[in-house]
Amino acid sequence: MKTAFLAGALSLLLPVIGLAGEYNLTVDRVEIDTGDFVKTGIGYNGKSPGPVLRFKEGEKVSINVTNNLEEMTSIHWHGLILPFEQDGVPGISFPGIKPGQTFTYNFPITQSGTYWFHSHSGFQEPDGAYGAIVIEPEGREPFRYDREYVVQLTDKHPHSGDRIMRNLKMMPDYYNREQQTVGEFFSDVSAQGFMNTVKDRLAWGGMRMMKADVEDLQGFTGLINGKGPDQNWTGLFQPGERIRLRFINSSAMTYFDVRIPGLDMTVVQADGNNVQPVSVDEFRIGVAETYDVIVRPRDEKAYTIFAESMGRSGYARATLAPRDGMEAPVPELSKPARLTMADMGGMHGMDHSGMEGMESMDHSTMGEMDHSEMKGMDHAGMQDMDRSGMKGMDHSAMGHGSEMSAGGASDPFYAEGSGLVPTAANGGKFLSYADLKAQKPLYDEREATREIELRLTGNMERYTWSINGVKYEDADPIRLQYGERVRFKFVNETMMTHPMHLHGMWSMLDVGAGQFNPVKHTISVQPGTTVYMETEVDEPGQWAFHCHLSYHAAAGMFRKVIVEGGPESAQAAEADTEKAGGEA
Amino acid sequence: MSRGISLIAFVVLGLGLMPAMSFAQERMDDTTARKMPLKIWGVQFEEFEYRYSDDDEELGSWDGDIFYGTDDLKVRWLTKGEYAVDEQAYEKLENQLVGQMPVSDFFDAKAGVRFDTPEGPDRTYGVVGITGLAPQWFEIDANLYVSEEGDTSAELDAEYELLLTNRLILAAALDATVAFSEDREIGVGKGLVSTETGLRLSYDLIDRSFSPYIGVVHERKYGDSEDFVRAEGGDAESWFAVLGARLSF
Repeated sequence: MKTAFLAGALSLLLPVIGLAGEYNLTVDRVEIDTGDFVKTGIGYNGKSPGPVLRFKEGEKVSINVTNNLEEMTSIHWHGLILPFEQDGVPGISFPGIKPGQTFTYNFPITQSGTYWFHSHSGFQEPDGAYGAIVIEPEGREPFRYDREYVVQLTDKHPHSGDRIMRNLKMMPDYYNREQQTVGEFFSDVSAQGFMNTVKDRLAWGGMRMMKADVEDLQGFTGLINGKGPDQNWTGLFQPGERIRLRFINSSAMTYFDVRIPGLDMTVVQADGNNVQPVSVDEFRIGVAETYDVIVRPRDEKAYTIFAESMGRSGYARATLAPRDGMEAPVPELSKPARLTMADMGGMHGMDHSGMEGMESMDHSTMGEMDHSEMKGMDHAGMQDMDRSGMKGMDHSAMGHGSEMSAGGASDPFYAEGSGLVPTAANGGKFLSYADLKAQKPLYDEREATREIELRLTGNMERYTWSINGVKYEDADPIRLQYGERVRFKFVNETMMTHPMHLHGMWSMLDVGAGQFNPVKHTISVQPGTTVYMETEVDEPGQWAFHCHLSYHAAAGMFRKVIVEGGPESAQAAEADTEKAGGEA
Repeated sequence: MSRGISLIAFVVLGLGLMPAMSFAQERMDDTTARKMPLKIWGVQFEEFEYRYSDDDEELGSWDGDIFYGTDDLKVRWLTKGEYAVDEQAYEKLENQLVGQMPVSDFFDAKAGVRFDTPEGPDRTYGVVGITGLAPQWFEIDANLYVSEEGDTSAELDAEYELLLTNRLILAAALDATVAFSEDREIGVGKGLVSTETGLRLSYDLIDRSFSPYIGVVHERKYGDSEDFVRAEGGDAESWFAVLGARLSF
């Protein structure tokens, strides 16, 4: 009697002391105006992007999602650690949310930082179904700021997701308008000589691969917080303030290189987890990644946030200003990126006869790039290693010498001599994965119990994408044992960059920093490279694991992961009762 | 005593939960569209044009296809024809229905039937062929036909696109037919029968859906086929100015 009373009183108190929050989201057909075009799409609470959901670490959230569409929907909480039934992937976590249905997600918030949410059904996410999540930490953060803004990027395309998928399947270069032309042939002839240019074209033509194949999807308008470049989303500040910018890349397909001319950016978080602060002039944000940076504009003037796509086919732009209406110059787009033979280095079964000069690339030199050897090496050492590796490689013998990034820019997370290595527009510091070190280790350091190799595979001409050569439709699940620590080895055998996202458990990217390896949810694997990540298998259930490029995932670069064992019985029972109560 | 009871309770409870546990591990099978083969359809017309010949002949001409299917199997309807405006007759009318499946990274094999129903005698053929992308970006389509009369023939179609800019494209196409036996009734002699060579300059006006072009086409018949057409008072060789559009949906 007495205890019941006490429990009742406690439950009454719970909402008051803020340990439980109820949130409502409706999934709606909306109109999206990018400034360049107007398009119907899908949004939340009547808008795309949806609202910024603000949670508190330690809170138990209850989110009612009402589907006002005439099709099934779902919401996946990208990067959140939660029971798998709450993860929102139809067919893996739950059946999905039917038209007219309200589904209630219930889960505890056990982390803090910047995340996002999006539909995991069909192409609703590229069609506009995404929003931001900001989780306030329980304790103090190791950095200070006076004001914060979410800066959520996307690549809004005039075509619907279904149409884009169909077009890519029909003609993989449908959207590629940066292909090499006759004009480029002649400019290459004058730069590199006739024979070199002909050899180069024959080598690529022999492989039936395009140097210009950096972005599958061009023709988009880059949006920041739903605003196109001309609509110019503006965040206000007072000179001298520290501003925390929470960058989220919610694009379907586009990597962005982000800079704010005139401002240093201090990266303090990656994928929601604190990193040791690193000051940069520019950074590349992969699809589905988040980076939190702190900037401190001291002058009473406007600054442009400029995010150009990795292939340089488009950009997003916003402004930080002391007053509304102020603007700063918008930089020009850089020259289109071109792949090099180095980016093809990982390709399997490639026709080597067409690749004269490639043979002379010493494979032992390439071995130096192997990230497994980076373990325990400090950053300075790594840079040295790169340089020596570069020197050891005979550029002229490659016959593509001029394609090597000018100035020998290199990054251990790109193939040596890759055409994709980013450089800062102002010649300054460009963030590398190698710069990311966890602020605090999340797990005790221990040896991985086993290694799983995942070759990222595909056929560009057919627009099929797969893992280990098998598409999701034909694949068995990846089975993990609760309690093990798995080392995933990604070998990218394609010429595209793939942002690999494991749901439900953290991905510790091996940058060679041991227990200070950064804790992420999405890991970019560049063409022709091998990247390792480790995962503590500490969440039972079943989870999605896929390339976060929407059309790659849909074409088959996707897996189900089953975690066997663990404290599942209790959780399953709990989830069942919650479901019964929540699905009214 | 009480310890014993709780132990029993624990075991019973545990046993009771066991099925739930195994059920949870295989909680649900993915039966969503994502786990199914992706089904794609498309309509493409490489050529859809008006032709004006050096003999003042006017033709409407097309070459296109419609497909539906998955990565592993597609059904494709290919259609090709020439309609003479003055005669109000189909000089050429070919329809093929084929199944198509991948045989290598860049090539598909196809097999099916072809129906020719132009002005004059009709023919039905069985067809096998390959289609795909050859090194150096040549689009190749090669077919072997066997008619209901038992005559065999082969056709090779090659196309190359030169990008003057990313939207202004010069496409060269060569189509050659060889017959392994004579079919006099339809004017086919043994050996090289005919070639059609085209050069078309197109501009992608709306995405790649609508690309108007101008061009020239050269048609020629050879050997016995040439003699047959001359005997009937026809032209063995023609030049055409063409105006049309490449279409895809």
